[in-house]
Amino acid sequence: MAEAAALHGTGYREVVYNEAIVKKCVIATMFWGIVAFTLGVYIATELAWPQFNLGLSFINFGRLRPVHTSAAIFAFGGSALLGTSFYVVQRTCRARLFGGDALANFVFWGYQFFIVMAALSYVMGFSQSQEYAEPEWHIDLWLTVVWVCYAVVFIGTVVKRQEPHIYVANWFYIAFILTVAILHIGNNIAIPVSVFGAKSYPVAGGVQNALIQWWYGHNAVGFFLTAGFLGMMYYFIPKAANRPVYSYRLSVVHFWSLIFLYIWAGPHHLHWTALPDWTQTLGMAFSIMLWMPSWGGMINGLMTLSGAWDKLRTDPGLRFSVTAVGFYGMSTFEGPVMAIRDVNALSHYTDWTVGHVHSGALGWVAFITFGAIYYLVPVLWKRTGLYSVKLAAWHYWIATLGIVCYISSMWVAGIMQGLMWRAYDKFGFLQYSFAESVVAVHPYYVIRMLGGVLFLTGGLIMVYNLVRTVRSPETARPAILPAGVALAGE
Amino acid sequence: MWFRQENIEKNTFLLVILTILTVAVGGIVEAVPLFTIESTVEHVKGVRPYSPLELRGRDIYVREGCYLCHSQQIRALRDEVERYGHYSLAAESMYDHPFQWGSKRIGPDLARVGGKYSNAWHYAHLTYPQSLVPESLMPRYAFLAQTPLRTDDIEARMRVNRIIGVPYTDDDLANAKADLLAQANPRASAATLVARYPKANTVPGAPSGPTEMDALVAYLQVLGTMVDFADTSTEKLQQ
Repeated sequence: MAEAAALHGTGYREVVYNEAIVKKCVIATMFWGIVAFTLGVYIATELAWPQFNLGLSFINFGRLRPVHTSAAIFAFGGSALLGTSFYVVQRTCRARLFGGDALANFVFWGYQFFIVMAALSYVMGFSQSQEYAEPEWHIDLWLTVVWVCYAVVFIGTVVKRQEPHIYVANWFYIAFILTVAILHIGNNIAIPVSVFGAKSYPVAGGVQNALIQWWYGHNAVGFFLTAGFLGMMYYFIPKAANRPVYSYRLSVVHFWSLIFLYIWAGPHHLHWTALPDWTQTLGMAFSIMLWMPSWGGMINGLMTLSGAWDKLRTDPGLRFSVTAVGFYGMSTFEGPVMAIRDVNALSHYTDWTVGHVHSGALGWVAFITFGAIYYLVPVLWKRTGLYSVKLAAWHYWIATLGIVCYISSMWVAGIMQGLMWRAYDKFGFLQYSFAESVVAVHPYYVIRMLGGVLFLTGGLIMVYNLVRTVRSPETARPAILPAGVALAGE
Repeated sequence: MWFRQENIEKNTFLLVILTILTVAVGGIVEAVPLFTIESTVEHVKGVRPYSPLELRGRDIYVREGCYLCHSQQIRALRDEVERYGHYSLAAESMYDHPFQWGSKRIGPDLARVGGKYSNAWHYAHLTYPQSLVPESLMPRYAFLAQTPLRTDDIEARMRVNRIIGVPYTDDDLANAKADLLAQANPRASAATLVARYPKANTVPGAPSGPTEMDALVAYLQVLGTMVDFADTSTEKLQQ
């Protein structure tokens, strides 16, 4: 120990990081990514051709859609967040995970168990039918236990850090972990019909239930899919670009303003409804304000590349990360626009919303994750580099084309639906029946499905490339360094 | 001064506490008044708790995720009111646990679908939607007609609803199962049922007992029919 510290000349204790847990999370992320993309393609096919529901209860669109959204958000996104947060917190704190390997393993396997239980319950016909909070009460309780352990591991590691300052990525991970805990508990207060049965009724009903649900639902986006992944951005982009974060001051402003403003924005999901106007107006105003911290964060991420833009040509992982920040900027501009009540009158209930969600989910969440995975796999498995940079480039372009097909077809479909529903003929009658709007969007539903196929293809290329990276003798590193000592690129 | 970023980011406890306080504000300001401001839910006549069969139908609606394609919330916009009927009131979903307003219309809004079509139409449509609406993207729900409705826990379900604020009376609970069976049996007298649950719509049922489809149709047929709009005015509906 003393020798190692002297070697580094820093006075820090030498730490052996728990990388096994990060490896498990990375594998789970890739697995669930493929599952989520495949399910997305399937339910998109059901919407293009309803015969694909096959008349079977357990693969009807109504039961499969929550499997897709949970697989994408909680399984793919959640495993990525667990893995990267465990990786980042250890290295930025110079501390092995708090609570020992057993607790970290419990968090990982407990979380995977939650995902499998939730998915099985939906197809078997158990759902609270609250969007993005579909699991019933017993699964919610299990997740609460796992999540508290996760918070203990993460925050415990921050407490025992050797660095005087807590690094900015960890602020975002902490905000993500704490707020998701509050949201999860707040939105799932329900009374079961029987302790031996899955069915429960939520305590809040009607308009209050609606507000609480969208307080949860919007901040699942804000804290699960944004704050957590911003933690990823603040670590992996500076690392891959080998540059410091552009502005420390901007990250401070970004952090506090983002977490303060996000919470208020939920009511923009309920414009023109029976929710009182004052609440809608608050939600709209804060949604527009939210544009500023979002773009502050985007600028901070992009400007970190100052002087290192040439790396985009050679580092496919960094290309994913930077494109992700671009999509983040686009979605966080589109979001406030859609939160304006008069725009929302047109866009709400249409496929525009679906397109908006996917520009965030595919463009931001999945791309920033791909960037982190391309960075992590060679480091964790101690390889000299990726098996094929060319394949990673193919992944990048195929996935980007998939996103473009997806979101542009949904823009057209959504705006068309909105305009058809409100169109009047020259006699002052509604011009179109609802069924006519369903027929009109069919071609765009097919394009959306093809966009999904492209995105899935890209994902499969990535998995192949990374498996070869781990297995191929070409990327093996000569074993001269002692095991456990962190290598270049850490 | 402790309240400086350089102190906050060196102190885990401070960072955790201040983060929690920062994220708590918005939710509290928006949610708490909805429980305390009396005019949030309008005072209108006619909204009643769901009958036992309707409640079971609603449970099936919730179980199948119908809300993913059908909203139950007519917005206060001219075209929506002309297409679907009077805009939805907060009072109309006050006994809905969970609310099912939805966020996407792959199919049309259902907030006022009750009474719009006959029972027979609903059975045929749920069994094979494209037989009646060729353009429809809806999956087939024929299996609901083959699944017997579970009725033994209806009282427990209503009791939980009463705990969370749905005003079922002792009388309602005591007659839960009888009311449920009566609503799915056209040969039974509906007088006591309708006295307890005005406008309850009797569905055909089967000799062997009600199916899940019977319950779902009973629920669909009551949607949006409870409030008597002739009896109210814009001033009364002001929130």
